[in-house]
Amino acid sequence: MTKAIDQKPSLTRRKTLKTLGAGALAASVGCYVQAQSSAPIKVGFQVHRTGIGAAYGRWYDRTTQAAVAKINAEGGINGRPLEIVAEDDGTDPKRGAEVVEKFATQHGCDIAFGTLFSHVVFGSSPRAGELKLPYFVVSEGHHVASGKLNRYTLQPGITDVKSQVQAMAPYVAETLGKKVTMIYPDFAFGHDHRDYFSAALEAQGGEVIAKIAIPPTETSFTKYFPKIPRDTEVIYHVMVGPAVLTFVKEMGEFFGPSKPQIFGFIDSLEAVDLSSPGLEFLEDTYFWEGHPRYAQANQTEYDKTYRAAVGVDNNGASISDPKDVSTYAHMFGCWETLHIVKAGMEAADYQGPGDRSKLIEAVEAMTDMPASDAHPQGAKVFNGRTHQVFGHQYISRVEGGKLVLAHTTSIEDTLYEDEVDYTTQSF
Amino acid sequence: MDLGPYLLLASLEGAITASILALTAVGLSLVFGVMRVVNVAHGEFFMLGAVASWFVATYLGTHPAIGFIAALLIAPLLVGALAATADWLVLRRINYDPERTIVATIGLLYILQQGTLMTFGPDARPVEPPFNQRLAIPWPSFEGGFHLTWPWGLGTTSYKLFIIAAAITILFGLWVLMSRTKIGLIMRATQLDRDMAQAFGIPVERVYALVFGLGAGLAALAAVLIVPVQQAHYLMGGDPLLLSFIVVIIGGLGSLPGTVIAAVLIGLSDGIISVFFSPTLAKILATLLVALVLVFRPQGLLGKRIA
Repeated sequence: MTKAIDQKPSLTRRKTLKTLGAGALAASVGCYVQAQSSAPIKVGFQVHRTGIGAAYGRWYDRTTQAAVAKINAEGGINGRPLEIVAEDDGTDPKRGAEVVEKFATQHGCDIAFGTLFSHVVFGSSPRAGELKLPYFVVSEGHHVASGKLNRYTLQPGITDVKSQVQAMAPYVAETLGKKVTMIYPDFAFGHDHRDYFSAALEAQGGEVIAKIAIPPTETSFTKYFPKIPRDTEVIYHVMVGPAVLTFVKEMGEFFGPSKPQIFGFIDSLEAVDLSSPGLEFLEDTYFWEGHPRYAQANQTEYDKTYRAAVGVDNNGASISDPKDVSTYAHMFGCWETLHIVKAGMEAADYQGPGDRSKLIEAVEAMTDMPASDAHPQGAKVFNGRTHQVFGHQYISRVEGGKLVLAHTTSIEDTLYEDEVDYTTQSF
Repeated sequence: MDLGPYLLLASLEGAITASILALTAVGLSLVFGVMRVVNVAHGEFFMLGAVASWFVATYLGTHPAIGFIAALLIAPLLVGALAATADWLVLRRINYDPERTIVATIGLLYILQQGTLMTFGPDARPVEPPFNQRLAIPWPSFEGGFHLTWPWGLGTTSYKLFIIAAAITILFGLWVLMSRTKIGLIMRATQLDRDMAQAFGIPVERVYALVFGLGAGLAALAAVLIVPVQQAHYLMGGDPLLLSFIVVIIGGLGSLPGTVIAAVLIGLSDGIISVFFSPTLAKILATLLVALVLVFRPQGLLGKRIA
C-alpha cells in the first residue's frame, strides 16, 4: 500500500492534453469520414450469444455474416458497404433494450436487427421506437402483426406463429387426426401456439382435448406426460430452451411402442442432431419446418447457393463440423431481412440516419417478394400495414432419420385479417 | 391415465429428483456442518461436474459405458480438487469469516459460471447413457380375476433406476466414511469443536480443504449421474443450489440424516405435486415449508438447537 503512495501520478497534465488532442483529432476525422458517401452503413446486430437462445444466436451470426459478405461483394448498398456491430443481449429483455440504446447512441448505427426470442423483442421494441431507430426483428412471434409494437419495428424476413399454425391445422386434421393434445412452453411464444392453433383446428372440425404448458426453464419432463388423455390421436409439441433434447427423448420413453401420431414444430429440435440416441422413435412423425433442414429432391438453386454461402451441408449441419447442427428453419430470416434492408435503402435513396423514416416507408411499400437468391426460403408477400411478411410453410416427415418434405402450404393458407395499421402512426 | 399408475410414475420421477437432490444437498450440508461456510457456489460445482463429464466422455470417444465410468471417477476428483484449491486460495485467507465467505463464494459462482461460458460455450450438450432400455411397468388388475396389465405410458428406463440405486450406494458409502473411519472421526471432531480438535493435533485447515473438496465432489457426482438424462449447460447450477438450500434448511443445517430425509420429502412431493397440479405449486409449497420450518423449528427437522 505504501508503495502506491510514493509513486508519482502517472497521468501528467501534458499527457492528458496530448490524449485529449489526439481524441479530438480522431473524432473530427471520424465525422469527416461519416460525411462521405462511401462510409459503411452500420447495422446493429442484437444477437443471443449467451442465455437460452445461444444456439440460435450462433447460427443467426453465421447467416448474417454470410449475407453481409454477399451484399458487400455485390457492391454494398448504394455503393456503401454494410458493417455489422454485434452486441450480445444474453437472451434477456432488459439487456435487449440496453443494447438497442447502445446501437443508437454509442455506435451510431443506422438500424438495429436480428432478435429471435419474443420476450427480448417485447423488451427492446419500445426503446427502439423512442430512439426512432428502425428495428428489424427475425423473431416469429405474432407480436409485430398483433399491433402491440410500433412503427419502427418490422418483421419482413420471417413469418409469424399465427400464420404458421393456421396453415398447419388443415394438414394435421386431415392427415393425422382430429383429437389433439398440445404441449408448449409457458410464455408468449407458446401461448401464440395454443391460442391460434386451437382456433384453427376447430375451424377444421378438430378439437384440442388437452393443453399442457411447461415452463421454458424446466429440465425434467416425464411428470407432465401423464396428463395426455388416452384418446389423443395427435400430439402437437413445440419446445424451446437448452433442455429440448431431454423433452423429446422423455416423450419417446413415455410412449414406448404405443405412440399416437406426433406433429412437432422443429423448434423442439433446432440445433439438435436428429440421429442423437433416444430419438429413433421420431421415425414417421411430422415436423413443421420454416425452411427444410435437409437438402430436398426438389432443392432450388437459391437454396443451394444460400446453403453454400452460410457453410451448411446437405444434412443441415456445419460443413466444418457435422455435429454442429444449424437452426435452419429460422436463420434464413436474417439473410432475407438484410436483403430487404438493402432493397429498402436503395428504394429510399438512404443517405444517413435522417432518412430512417424514408427507409421504413420504402419497406412498407413492398408487397411481392419472389423466390430468388435474396429469398432462398421461397416467395413471400409483405403486408406494409401490419409490418409482417407471409410465406410458404413446410411439413416434413422423418424417414430414415432424415426430414423429408411431405407438404408445402400455399401463401394464401397463412393469411389472416389485419389487426393493426402501423402506417397510420406518425414517425 | 388411472390414478394408481399415475401415482407410481410420479413417485418414480420424484425418486430420481430426490436422489440427485440428496447427493447435492448432503455436500452442501457437510460443508456447512464442518466448516460453518454457506457455499453459494455449490450449484456451480454441480454444473462443473456435468461439464467435466461431457469433456471426459467426448475426448475418450469410446463406448458410452467406458466414457461414463471414466467420468464417474474423474469428474468428482477434478471438481473436488478445484474446490480444495479454491478453499486454499480464498476461504482460508479470509479466515472462514461467515459474512465474507458468503461474498467470496458468490464471487466464485460468477468466476466458475463465466469461465465455463468462455471455454465450454453456451450450448446444452448431451452425454450418452451407458445403457438405457425402456422398461414397461406392469400394474395389477383384479377385474375378472387377478392378472397384470401394462398401462399406457407407465414405464421408466433402466438408467433412471440405476440413478436411484447409485445415489443410495453413494450415500451409504458416505455414512460409512463419516461414522466408521478415522477421517470421518476427524471431520466430526472438527465439526464439534474446532479449537479443541486443533489442540489435539488435528490439522484443521487441511480438514477444511478436504471437506470443501468432498462437498463439491458430491455435487459433481450427482451431476455426472443426471447428465445422461439432462444435458450439460453452463446455467444448470441455479436450480440445484436453490433446492439444496431448501433441503438443508428443512433437514437441519449440518445434519446429514436430516438432509437426506428432507431431500426425499422435497423430491417426492415435487414429483407428485407437479404431476397432479403444477410445478409452480410444488415450488410454492416447498418454499412455504421452509418458511414454516424457520418459524416453528428453526434448527430444522433433525438439527440440534444451538444452546
